[in-house]
Amino acid sequence: MAQMKFMCDAERCIECNGCVTACKNANDVEWGIQRRRVVTLNDGEANEMSISVACMHCDDAPCMAVCPTDCFYKTDDGIVLHDKDLCIGCGYCLYACPFGAPQFPQQDAFGERGKMDKCTFCAGGPAESKEEEYQKYGSNRIAEGKLPLCAEMCSTKALLAGDAQDVADIFRQRVVHRGHKDGGWSNNPQASADNLAYDAAHKG
Amino acid sequence: MNLLTVQAPGRVPHSGRGLALGIWRFMLVALVLVLSLGFTHVAVAQADPDREMTTAAPGITADQWRQVRSGETGPNYRDSRADSNYNLINSSGETWRQIRNRWVSPFGLIAVFGMVAIITLFYLIIGRKKLGEPRTGRKLFRWSLLIRSLHWTVATLFITLALTGLNLLFGKFVFRGLFGDAVWGWMISASKVLHNYLGPIFGVLLVILLISLIKDNIPKKHDLQWFKKGGGLVGKGHPDAGFANGGEKAWYWLLATAGIVVIASGFVLDFPNYGQSRDTMQWANIIHAVGALGLTAVALGHIYIGTVGTEGSLEAMTTGYVDETWAKEHHNLWYEEVKDQAISEEELAARKAGGSGEPSAAKPS
Repeated sequence: MAQMKFMCDAERCIECNGCVTACKNANDVEWGIQRRRVVTLNDGEANEMSISVACMHCDDAPCMAVCPTDCFYKTDDGIVLHDKDLCIGCGYCLYACPFGAPQFPQQDAFGERGKMDKCTFCAGGPAESKEEEYQKYGSNRIAEGKLPLCAEMCSTKALLAGDAQDVADIFRQRVVHRGHKDGGWSNNPQASADNLAYDAAHKG
Repeated sequence: MNLLTVQAPGRVPHSGRGLALGIWRFMLVALVLVLSLGFTHVAVAQADPDREMTTAAPGITADQWRQVRSGETGPNYRDSRADSNYNLINSSGETWRQIRNRWVSPFGLIAVFGMVAIITLFYLIIGRKKLGEPRTGRKLFRWSLLIRSLHWTVATLFITLALTGLNLLFGKFVFRGLFGDAVWGWMISASKVLHNYLGPIFGVLLVILLISLIKDNIPKKHDLQWFKKGGGLVGKGHPDAGFANGGEKAWYWLLATAGIVVIASGFVLDFPNYGQSRDTMQWANIIHAVGALGLTAVALGHIYIGTVGTEGSLEAMTTGYVDETWAKEHHNLWYEEVKDQAISEEELAARKAGGSGEPSAAKPS
């Protein structure tokens, strides 16, 4: 069984926001909601770096653990989806999520937030019909055998989506090609921040 | 590329007939050779980690990743999302999750159900606190209609908020499997709406109730004595007590402190429109849950003592009057002050029927 994952190669991301636009377009997301965002660190400085962030479809998803209605579920492909009919808009998933993925259409008095919306890995959600599914959750590209549009449209192929093994293989190749320690994230010789990819390259 | 350029010079013709052509070819090959040097250079650079380091995008240092982890955002942090005040990684979310799911939830359950168990055991073993002497039939005025109305409104709201709050914390483990998604969806949605809309009303009314009762709840020296004797709940004796005894005062001040904290944190959670940050709401949620679960546990004790736990207590809050015997036993100091105001049941009936209501000066304390 596949384990679907996103991975953004920060060495490649050029902050074009193509993924953000592609997502909005593919899923017809309602006004004010932006399922994917691009974060830039040290903007305008020599060490500027950008990364595209959305729901990372965690193995041990914090949103799932704290939801009072238990509206989240995991598909066989490891995609974290939620049922908008059960969602009460309490905001707990937002408190817990490491990536700021859950968003709400409103933010009004008496905790009126509306139904939570987040990235579905372009896998739709629970609904009676295709039309209802599209209206509530956006497109279901996975059902059509396609990957999320954000990654498909990424101009530099910084954003990768797919089975964790495939994504890891591609990234490992890149790291080997780049040929240096911390090839994924940083050229800082003393950085020990993230050597996982480097280690993987040496083992693989 | 290298192989090609190395072989190429060997194919340059040396016959006089094609000399001009040969020179052109030689120049072309030389050009290719020179160009290929550039390519070779690039290929070497890509394989050399040190060279790669000088050409790759300047990296983010470990310090910056530590900053990302801390959740702080510097002046050069950009987020493409319109109204986002978020950071790259919300690491406090995991802290909130662990505190809520691993500590607050299980220990809250232990506190509430532990209290139920203690009360049940207490009732079964020690039983109801009965009046030591027969009722005299003469009544003393204790709670005005206003206080009684406030008390029961606040009590109803408290119970509603406690039940809906417990449902928000624990309901999914019980009712979803029991009733199915349709009923559960309705249940949890109603819980949230009731909790969010009744909460502020409860907050305002509790503050009014606390203000109207503060005069009777100023701690006195004899309250300490009351606690030393365990409130007289166990055994025969009754420690000294004024209008409010030590236990009632403790409950009052618990509500005046923890209750206010629960209300304040509730307001923080209930009005996200003021734009308070996610981190603020995480802490507000923990404080709210701990305080509310604690109050719920203690409230169970209050409910027990006020109803089945003590003979003659409930009628004070329902009718507004208590029996002389009850007053003498439970609030002896208060009884001494007001014993000459006792009225018979006939007088009480006449007073109520006459519509003159109750004495306006409620409790001389």
